[in-house]
Amino acid sequence: MRITELFDNGEFVVTAEVGPPKGIHVGHLVDEAKEYLSGITAVNVTDNQSSVMRMGSLPTCVALKNVGLTPILQLTCRDRNRIALQSELLGAAMLGIENILCLTGDHTKMGDHPGAKPVFDLDSVSLLHTACQLEKGVDLSGQALVGEPPKFAKGAVVSPCSNSVDAQLVKMERKVMAGAEYFQTQAVFDSEKFIRFMEKAKQFGKPVQLGVIIPKSAGMAKFMNNHVAGVHVPQRMIDALAADKERAKAGITGVEIAAQIIKECRPYCQGVHIMALGWEAKVPEVLKLAGI
Amino acid sequence: MLITELKNKEVIQCQLRGKVFVLVCHGCKEVHFPEQEAEELIQELSAAGSVTGTLVTDYICNPEILTQRLQKHEAAIGDADTLLVLSCGVGVQTAADKYPGKRVIPGCDTYRLPGFQGVTPLQYDCQQCGECYLNLTGGICPLTACSKSLVNGQCGGAKNGKCEVDPNMDCGWERIQKRLESLGRLDALKCPVQLRNYATDSELDKE
Repeated sequence: MRITELFDNGEFVVTAEVGPPKGIHVGHLVDEAKEYLSGITAVNVTDNQSSVMRMGSLPTCVALKNVGLTPILQLTCRDRNRIALQSELLGAAMLGIENILCLTGDHTKMGDHPGAKPVFDLDSVSLLHTACQLEKGVDLSGQALVGEPPKFAKGAVVSPCSNSVDAQLVKMERKVMAGAEYFQTQAVFDSEKFIRFMEKAKQFGKPVQLGVIIPKSAGMAKFMNNHVAGVHVPQRMIDALAADKERAKAGITGVEIAAQIIKECRPYCQGVHIMALGWEAKVPEVLKLAGI
Repeated sequence: MLITELKNKEVIQCQLRGKVFVLVCHGCKEVHFPEQEAEELIQELSAAGSVTGTLVTDYICNPEILTQRLQKHEAAIGDADTLLVLSCGVGVQTAADKYPGKRVIPGCDTYRLPGFQGVTPLQYDCQQCGECYLNLTGGICPLTACSKSLVNGQCGGAKNGKCEVDPNMDCGWERIQKRLESLGRLDALKCPVQLRNYATDSELDKE
């Protein structure tokens, strides 16, 4: 199922995100996803997230699909040139993966193989364009594909709370021009900023899923403020997390914060995307508390 | 070593607006410059009455030399709406930075040749990619100012205007965004999807 069909039906689309392991055993990931993420629309599978080498997104997507979940293949341009990316997209279509999220990707220097060659032959915009070309039955060099072309729901990301929000809006427009059909955002902790962003972003007419991270501690919030682009946790939330460490550790404070942001932003967006970062078990609680 | 080649005349013409000052750099001994073609282009533009002045010089990659050489031409540059720079990519960036409020257009593509590269100040860099983007980016090179060399806009990795890779490095695309905004040229970012052509990377690889 392509998630664009749900957006078209006016549904509020809920997705979450899992990261493949650094190893060959996906049993734990699949079990957790089945237990906690079966009730939502689809599950993103990250592509060597933060440039840390792990098992690939595509095989993990297949493992999730095999147990009845709808995976979204994240595809970055960091590790593959245009030949490998097109090849991966064709493989995904053959394996029945219909939802993709096209990203530029973090720089190799950010991860655990900092000496690796950063590829970036394509970027998020040209990757979306590439997927559209394949859907038309031709590859990037204009050669015809054999047989029925693939068809994807093509997603992209945008960072609404970035200090460079104007540059982000320009890029968002370029992604729409290139074929993006839905957007997931970087984690939002400032509802007002998100709502102001959506006032400008709605002109593009594409569904936007609010990005949410469940904050685990005051330390994590401060770390994100210092190191994670486009993420800013307001001081009052850091204070709330610091006020009762046991409550924060048990996830109660984080779940409350995440649910509150979803409630405040829900009227302005078309879905929510939860990046649980290992707290997949908390996703049902967040949604319940947010009234979804 | 590098070779500069004049861009297609139509490509240059459609970038020019109003009156034009033409800055030509015959460069250093490491540069092969299309002198005759440049001369023809200048004559054509002059015949059309749109040229406020021309300066043929060398080493415009050096901001101090450039400032010195242009002293006598400031009035003519002030009268011009477009500064057309026929030089390697470094020269264009030096000129664009000297005149941040001026529409600066590169007239050449710069190709790499094996061997010694010209002596250039470190703050501007040209990858000699053979398909100069500087007309789309306000004279700031996305290949060298962005650590991912992105050609379709900013990634999500900028924090407080700095690059995710190096907190001392300004995000190149934020600089481009601000430059284009101050020039009133944000429309340049609505250009078609850009795909780099690595087959033009070297003059020697060309057919």
